Amino acid sequence: MNSTTEAVPALPDADRVPAHAEGRVPGRGKGKRGKGKPRQAKRSNPRAQQRQSFGSRLRRDKQMLLMMVPGIAFLLLFFYIPILGNVIAFQDYQPYLGIGDSLWVGWQNFVDLFDNPDFLRAFWNTLYLAAWQLVFLFPVPLVLALIVDSLVSTRVRRVFQSIAYLPHFLSWVLVIALFQQMLGGAGFINNSLRQFGLDPIPFMTNPDTFPVLVVAQMIWKDAGWAMIIFLAALASIDASLYEAAAADGAGRWRRMWHITLPGLRSVIVLLLILRIGDILSVGFEQFILQRDAIGAGAAEVLDTFTYYTGVVGGGWSSGAAAGLAKGVVSALLIYAANKLAHRFGEDGIFAKKVG
Amino acid sequence: MAITQSAGRIRLGRKPKELNYNPKRPVWKERPSPLYQTIKTLVLVFFSASIIVPILLVVSTSLADKEQLAKAGGFVLWPERPTLEAYETIFNGPMVLNSLGVSAVVTIVGTVLALFVTITMAYATSRPVLFGRPVVLAVLFTLLFAPGLIPSFLMIKQLGLLDSLWSLILPGIFGAFNFVVMRSFFMNIPQELIESARIDGASDWTILWRIVMPLSKAVIAVVGLFYAVGFWNSFFNALLYINDHSKWPIQLLLRNFVVQGSGAADGLGISSVPPSQSIQMAVVVVALVPILMVYPFLQKHFTKGVLTGAVKG
Repeated sequence: MNSTTEAVPALPDADRVPAHAEGRVPGRGKGKRGKGKPRQAKRSNPRAQQRQSFGSRLRRDKQMLLMMVPGIAFLLLFFYIPILGNVIAFQDYQPYLGIGDSLWVGWQNFVDLFDNPDFLRAFWNTLYLAAWQLVFLFPVPLVLALIVDSLVSTRVRRVFQSIAYLPHFLSWVLVIALFQQMLGGAGFINNSLRQFGLDPIPFMTNPDTFPVLVVAQMIWKDAGWAMIIFLAALASIDASLYEAAAADGAGRWRRMWHITLPGLRSVIVLLLILRIGDILSVGFEQFILQRDAIGAGAAEVLDTFTYYTGVVGGGWSSGAAAGLAKGVVSALLIYAANKLAHRFGEDGIFAKKVG
Repeated sequence: MAITQSAGRIRLGRKPKELNYNPKRPVWKERPSPLYQTIKTLVLVFFSASIIVPILLVVSTSLADKEQLAKAGGFVLWPERPTLEAYETIFNGPMVLNSLGVSAVVTIVGTVLALFVTITMAYATSRPVLFGRPVVLAVLFTLLFAPGLIPSFLMIKQLGLLDSLWSLILPGIFGAFNFVVMRSFFMNIPQELIESARIDGASDWTILWRIVMPLSKAVIAVVGLFYAVGFWNSFFNALLYINDHSKWPIQLLLRNFVVQGSGAADGLGISSVPPSQSIQMAVVVVALVPILMVYPFLQKHFTKGVLTGAVKG
């Protein structure tokens, strides 16, 4: 799984696959010699070979294939069939008619969406918040990792890591609840302000500062956790490089610029791609939890629009159309970012963080 | 001077990573400026405090008695006379206990099923079988994308799982990330072990159960904990699929009671008592404690798990 670039292009010539797999495990058929023909001959004509031994191959692997059944069933039921279910975005879907009988309307739902001011607002909010996250959220774990990496005492380091990783495991509901208790109208800070005779500050309900709040919550929850990967990458940089650079007269910042950052480059690129593929999700639960407090004007994003239009409002088809539009754009973004990474000579993604 | 220098050199040989910042720093390394040191300390202290203080505040307030709360104006950082009154109140009503039960059932059943599906799938794809690695990778690649909210909802509806606990369990029993972690661990198990068992006539199930799984206890524990935390924390599925109040998991209760702050008092069975600060906090703590309890176990292993999945792909 190490070299990731090879995998995807290999997809089209699928007939090559079994022969290739066969060649990789010469030991596999050891116990069952029934089909032990010379491999060389087989390789020369993979297509024929595949047809010939499919049955015996099936028999040999049947237990392994059986083991895949639950997983495949899951993927079909909760992944691939729902993906096909996106056709309702092109229909005037009515629950009592079902997918089969609902009227086909083509692109009409999408056309309607782009005339819908609510959708456009959700769309712009999404882009706006995504930009905020990309600019202000992404660098934080990196900076934290650089600081932690520079700590002298392993004890301080361990204690800090234990604290910083914790919020990652709290649910968004809990995180929002904690933020409310701290910053909300009746929260700790505003209570204290009132006791000192000051005016409370509406941290949690002001639509104008909402992006700041969202990013702060994300940093609180996940910045510590995101540090892990950077720390691992930092630990793998050869320390003698630093000494050599210092001997050549490079100062602290020069060493960081010419050694540390290049050493982290591929990790940064990878995380950036993953972030971009995910960027239109901006943080769904966060928004659905705070939409009431902030108001739909600032807190409506594509995902919440989908939810409120489709599930709450019963506009199944327009909801699905919004969801599909978002999904397609995300897919294109992943693809583009990956291409860009290849252009810069990086591995790019594949399966590195799927999920 | 010469002594300091050589001491530095020796440490370089042993622990290169920490050398730069060791008090006995090597000659080539400049002292950090006081300004930089101060900024560093401030950042770390502020970040840690921002995590510890809210949690401490919530726990303390849930334990504080009325007098102290009234005097402090709603929040206390340390309960002077700790009392469990708030917890008695919420556990007297049916709602909190009920949703704790729902969450526990979903978490336990979900984790067991998820481990079964993930382990079998990961093992079956960890070695080339009928179709090989490219197919597995292609499938994994598709998992980067999401099927979308509405189609998933319609699927659950079609299966008749609305308002059933299965709707909270089934969508979560396979996580691509956990699968990748598990699979790359299985791929690193020496092939010889498996081959020799095969020659001795072991079936694939026997090999998985008797050889592979005992070797993978650590990774199974981590992945299991990840799943468990995921099931415990999941709230949106319940919002989507569950209408029946008696089937609310604790997170949904928390959302409706604390975050929305509406109509919950009677739901909790404590009618006519306005939800006071400490009762709200008690609900927060009830949702928080299980995570705090498993956190040490999680922390012991997760770094390894995450890095296996992240770096190896």
